[in-house]
Amino acid sequence: MKLTLKVWRQKNATAKGSIVTYPIDGIDGDMSFLEMMDMLNNKLILEGDEPVTFDHDCREGICGSCSMFINGEAHGPDRLVTTCQLHMRKFKDGDTITIEPFRAAGFPVIKDLMVDRSSFDRIQHAGGFISVNTSGNTQDANSIPIEKENADDAFAAATCIGCGACVASCKNSSAMLFVGAKVSQFALLPQGEVEATTRVLNMVKQMDEEGFGNCTNTGACEVECPKGISLENIARMNREYLSASLKG
Amino acid sequence: MSGLLKSSIGRKVAMALSGLFLVVFLTQHFVINSTAVIAPDTFNAWSHFMGSNPLVQYGLQPVLIFGVVFHFVMGFVLELQNRKARPVGYAQYKGSANAPWTSRNMILSGLVVLAFLGLHFYDFWIPEMIHKYVETHPEDPTRYYAETVHKFESPVRVVLYVISFVLLALHLWHGFASTFQSVGFNNKYSAGLSKFAKVWAITIPVGFIIIAVYLHFNQIPH
Repeated sequence: MKLTLKVWRQKNATAKGSIVTYPIDGIDGDMSFLEMMDMLNNKLILEGDEPVTFDHDCREGICGSCSMFINGEAHGPDRLVTTCQLHMRKFKDGDTITIEPFRAAGFPVIKDLMVDRSSFDRIQHAGGFISVNTSGNTQDANSIPIEKENADDAFAAATCIGCGACVASCKNSSAMLFVGAKVSQFALLPQGEVEATTRVLNMVKQMDEEGFGNCTNTGACEVECPKGISLENIARMNREYLSASLKG
Repeated sequence: MSGLLKSSIGRKVAMALSGLFLVVFLTQHFVINSTAVIAPDTFNAWSHFMGSNPLVQYGLQPVLIFGVVFHFVMGFVLELQNRKARPVGYAQYKGSANAPWTSRNMILSGLVVLAFLGLHFYDFWIPEMIHKYVETHPEDPTRYYAETVHKFESPVRVVLYVISFVLLALHLWHGFASTFQSVGFNNKYSAGLSKFAKVWAITIPVGFIIIAVYLHFNQIPH
């Protein structure tokens, strides 16, 4: 496959970036998108050019590192996959592919396609945990009976890998699907009840302070989420937040 | 509790609740207007009641005006915040791939509805206030039907009303159904509620359009 890549290049966080066009040849349909980027980088290195910086780690869709905005969509045109799981067979010979970093005030660009997503870490630090003393006297998790439906929903929420596709896709750069999932995974379990009130208040406060936008229920986040996190989690967070605000 | 309106979720809930309030208002407005087509005497009687009852005039009317102003001011505030949340835009953004047009253009449809409200106030509310409180005419409980019919004599006005109601339908198509999600209601009843909201979002504006067109073609002498 022969392709034309239009890639966002930006030297550092403060530099002014621009789209640079690179032709590339010899792309196989069975390659992953990141392997194609590796090929581009090899070519750039051989030509004495600076390789394109991008985040990647596990390359099997579980770490949440890869974060490209491909042809106007987070993680590209395929559904329920991360960029590393996107195959080049989704594109045709002669295609032009625009590759940009995730864009949001809460995700400032570090270099090229790499963005700083530590805002998500700070939201997690604000309340995305349960305080359990694990010094040897922790009871077996299975000794607390949990309804199957709640266990399943909590697990589904916990599959969020924090990649930020929800923010990148949302026209408002809202982080509510991420925060909704992180609130829900505890709200559904008895272990999460103890800190339920402070958790949602603190996490939402931190989310707002990080400069993410407001949710207008377009549903783009759910469609683009590689893990299929449901909008139900946002509704649950809204409920939790309202009840916590009334209590607090 | 005090910081609720400063938070993103609190504001979202406030938008939903003020929107729901306006949905209720639109329903009663439509019911009263529909009598202009089916029973002009009833239209006169109800209009007279709404225009002269002190509870409606000094109680509900200010609440309504507050609801409208709150909804659009908060809408603007949130829109500006959302624009700030993405200081550098995408070179290519495929919004149509993951969200319907109506949900992505609430500010546009809302602005058209707001402009329409300006026209509507100019057409009805301001003349009514002048009639009642400035010129202090003796009250005539039968004047409302003729006044309303004559307003729709101009085809330009009818076309403006039709366009506005189409945009109102698009605004409500997303807005009404999404209020349930905003207040945290997402369960097995949501799909049914959403369908009801979408049917309502089309029915009421189409009803208003039918009334405007009917009155235009059924003029009475001045």
